[in-house]
Amino acid sequence: MSNVSYTKITRDGLWDNNIAFVQILGLCPLLAVSSTATNGLGLGIATTLVLIASNMTVSLIRNIVRPEIRIPVFMLIIASFVTAVELAMNAWFYDLYKVLGIFIPLIVTNCAILGRAEAFAARNPIPASILDAISMGVGFTLVLVVLGSIREIIGFGTLFAKADLMFGESVSWMSITLFDDYSGFLLAILPPGAFIGLGLLAALKNVIDEQLAKRQPPETILVESLESNKLS
Amino acid sequence: MNALIRNMVISATILGLFAVLGTGMVSYTYQMTKPQIKENERQAILKNLHAIISPKEHNNPIEQDTIEVIDPLLGSNKPIKIYRARMDKLPVAAIINSIAPDGYGGNIYLLVAIRYNGTLAGVRVVSHHETPGLGDGIEAERSNWVFAFKGRSLSNPTDRGWGVKKDGGEFDQFTGATITPRVVVKAIYKTLKYYSQHRDAIFAHTEKHASKIEVETNHE
Repeated sequence: MSNVSYTKITRDGLWDNNIAFVQILGLCPLLAVSSTATNGLGLGIATTLVLIASNMTVSLIRNIVRPEIRIPVFMLIIASFVTAVELAMNAWFYDLYKVLGIFIPLIVTNCAILGRAEAFAARNPIPASILDAISMGVGFTLVLVVLGSIREIIGFGTLFAKADLMFGESVSWMSITLFDDYSGFLLAILPPGAFIGLGLLAALKNVIDEQLAKRQPPETILVESLESNKLS
Repeated sequence: MNALIRNMVISATILGLFAVLGTGMVSYTYQMTKPQIKENERQAILKNLHAIISPKEHNNPIEQDTIEVIDPLLGSNKPIKIYRARMDKLPVAAIINSIAPDGYGGNIYLLVAIRYNGTLAGVRVVSHHETPGLGDGIEAERSNWVFAFKGRSLSNPTDRGWGVKKDGGEFDQFTGATITPRVVVKAIYKTLKYYSQHRDAIFAHTEKHASKIEVETNHE
């Protein structure tokens, strides 16, 4: 287990075992916040920060904490980091904090974070755990941003509107208005739009995977699937 | 048996240790960020207030010169904050943080700025849970709707004009959303009524209430 290759960890987080598409974890914030690309990016970064901090700490203490109390200890660690991130965002990214609102404290309830602590960080050395957190976090952020972009384009006709709230005036070039006088398409912004969008994206990922599988020689697939069975 | 108890004690100690560490980290972050958060909140209030009453029109610390009142006309049975703008101690305007309690998605929090003579200096929606794309036209960033109140008063329009066009009033509704604009118009009308009944009292208490608010903030 400890000799998992770094390439595989990265691939797992970004694509093969993506939190949102494959593990289908953390849907509550994912669906609620992905109404615009900027919100998605903001929550993605916050989640990634918490994930890195919690994976690092859990990996650091993995030999001290006994199995019977590991879950409460992990929860304590995660909750502390989330509160710290929430306070920090309130202090330094006030506008974004107001937009994300309740979903920052709710990062605690994102099962993906406890999931990574339990499934990976508790059994692997620190560097691997940090890499796992980064790739899982980036994978999650990518889904948030892609889904947010699609919903924002269809719903509002803009892309990265109000990005300056998050990163300051210097990135106002990121905000694009694609259609002038666009009346908006409500379905995309409301929760059903999130479900439909996520479903279509997950389907698209499966199609791509199938296409890739067809191109590869069958032996490789056999080895890979065996390996992933062992892991899970 | 002894071994079991020993194990439990060790586990509990480890758990307790992490609780202390976690709490320590959170309280350290809290102390570090507290001044900045307070300042952000103050700036946010000031930004909202200055969007309707320009900083040139008053020279008092408007965000501190407040009173809290309870009146059903303001949409709540809880205390509602009123900010007072003054120029050289003379009253300029009152900004009432009133509520439209019957919005489609619950309370709609308003800032209703009323000049001393009773005309509206402006209205802003501070927060709401109306349907995105339909009811959120009440936000100043999304449409011009809320600017239609500037310069209005209890006599402009008269009683029956204070409604949406669908109900025979003077103000626009939105396509597909009548409830939201209707309740906002009603709330502004009631706020104006409250102001006309209590104008002198609103601007009267200065020292007493200012000091009361000082005490309250110290208790936090």
